[in-house]
Amino acid sequence: MFKRLQEWMDARIPMTKTWNIHLAQYPAPKNFNFWYLFGVLAMLVLVNQILTGIWLTMNYVPTSDGAFASVEYIMRDVDYGWLLRYMHSTGASAFFIVVYLHMFRGMLYGSYQKPRELLWLFGMFIFLALMAEAFMGYLLPWGQMSYWGAQVIISLFGAIPGIGDDLTLWIRGDYVISGATLNRFFALHVIALPLVLVILVFLHIIALHEVGSNNPDGVPIKHPKGSIPDDEKPKFKFHERFTKKYDIADAIPFYPYYVVKDLVGIGIFLFLFCYVIFFNPEVGGFFLEPPNFEPANPLKTPPHIAPVWYFTPFYAILRAVPDKLFGVILMFASIVLLALLPWLDRCRVRSIRYRSALHKLNIAMFAVAFLVLGYLGTQPATPTSTMFARIFTFLYFAFFVLLFFYSKREKTKPVPERVTK
Amino acid sequence: MSNAPVDKGRRRFLTVATSVVGAAGAVGVAVPFIASWNPSARAKNAGAPVEVNISKAEPGQMLRVKWRGQPVWVVRRTDSMLEGLDDHEDRLRDPHSEEPQQPPYAKNRYRSIKKEYLVAVGICTHLGCSPSYVPTEMEEHIEGVHAGFFCPCHGSMYDIAGRVFEGVPAPLNLVVPPHYYEDDETILVGKDKGQA
Repeated sequence: MFKRLQEWMDARIPMTKTWNIHLAQYPAPKNFNFWYLFGVLAMLVLVNQILTGIWLTMNYVPTSDGAFASVEYIMRDVDYGWLLRYMHSTGASAFFIVVYLHMFRGMLYGSYQKPRELLWLFGMFIFLALMAEAFMGYLLPWGQMSYWGAQVIISLFGAIPGIGDDLTLWIRGDYVISGATLNRFFALHVIALPLVLVILVFLHIIALHEVGSNNPDGVPIKHPKGSIPDDEKPKFKFHERFTKKYDIADAIPFYPYYVVKDLVGIGIFLFLFCYVIFFNPEVGGFFLEPPNFEPANPLKTPPHIAPVWYFTPFYAILRAVPDKLFGVILMFASIVLLALLPWLDRCRVRSIRYRSALHKLNIAMFAVAFLVLGYLGTQPATPTSTMFARIFTFLYFAFFVLLFFYSKREKTKPVPERVTK
Repeated sequence: MSNAPVDKGRRRFLTVATSVVGAAGAVGVAVPFIASWNPSARAKNAGAPVEVNISKAEPGQMLRVKWRGQPVWVVRRTDSMLEGLDDHEDRLRDPHSEEPQQPPYAKNRYRSIKKEYLVAVGICTHLGCSPSYVPTEMEEHIEGVHAGFFCPCHGSMYDIAGRVFEGVPAPLNLVVPPHYYEDDETILVGKDKGQA
């Protein structure tokens, strides 16, 4: 019965073929470690955001008069409204946690290097779309922090010489942030950007499956035809799309092996996720900021404006610079440089396992600078914290400059021919 | 169908012409989509001028009104506030108001029409927060200055004429909106004198 249905489908759409190419006969390196969980977790959170987001729009009112009250209505009067909203707000932070770890994995194992440059770029575009999505979503509850946070970010565009003021007016659709701004951000947040995100994720995965996954050794699993003796080849059937041109070594099919592994990771992730949702949805003001429990008041700025934690590293860079335009340029440069990593890193060894001590130190310095900037961005600006922000902004950028120069002639360790255990 | 040879020149011309017409059409279609983001007629109407009654303002007091949805301050400054204004001009970015942040009639040391009253848009020129009015304790933030405005967001500082200090993120003085005195007790914010 199912056999015949499958045949009927396969004659009309490539159902079984797609399943085999992308899952059941897709060769994935056998040596993935826990760093390789965060891609699938990001997908899971994306599904969570879309699903809970759709349900939230059913009760949310995108007007300056109704927005704040409708969020309270969802929290108090809608059955399980609080749960849907906390799943969505916690999901936003979780999204950035897993995406930052996913990106850091790419840096550790050189996953951005040739031939995965485009894969990395699609990832960076996903990151940008995600930041825009999070920023616009944050305006929707129409609390004090929503309002003034958006005011600060939109004003960034005012730094562009010549057209800045007209551009901010055009983005807001009013002389200040108003219901007009709220309405268009709602439209972008619930339909335009999610659509862009889903398309980019699709392209990201298509690009990944074209070049194949990197792995903690940074050694390819595709070898020239005939170079792997038959008794060393994996005992699995891979799709001929992968085996036609290459000998595949040290690989296992994604389904069922990595699906099962990912399920364990998903279980642990959901455990932590549920802890936050049920016991600590505000996470000490980091996931939901206290000033946002007050409705937006255009005449009164809260004493301390800080963006949500996932923007604070970039915000600290912005604040560290005493010049408005240069601060904005430096903040955007901090993201553009990440996108340029495939071309800044000129070393041909991918994995940190086989790279120089200097490179290990440099990556460690980058991670520390990113975390410290993230912390400083949450704190009020004092002369001391500004001084620290300047030092760590310097170190953040120094990572890229140093990498560009030493990577050309880096003293690397011998790289194995084949993936290790 | 004839077997006449392909006229490549004609084919290229048609391809280019079709592309150009199509691109022009796409640009035309984009116009309404982009223009619809501009402030609507209703938003523009809400930008109408507002009257401020200053008869009840005590010396040193600040009145706040809303114009175009933005906070506009009217500060009745005391003599002691005004006396301090020339002491710190070497520490200001733009002490003589060279940047067009005010109408010509407010381009003076006090950045106002009458010395006593400052009219300014209460939005920091850095990233749009609303600074706090510090009538007496500005000394806590900057040495030798008694009164001014302090932006809590990123620590920008202005003197009591809305002039920005050096070494802070804000690049420009506070905006002085167009305004005039209808009579001794009323200021109209949002319009120059004699403007229709």
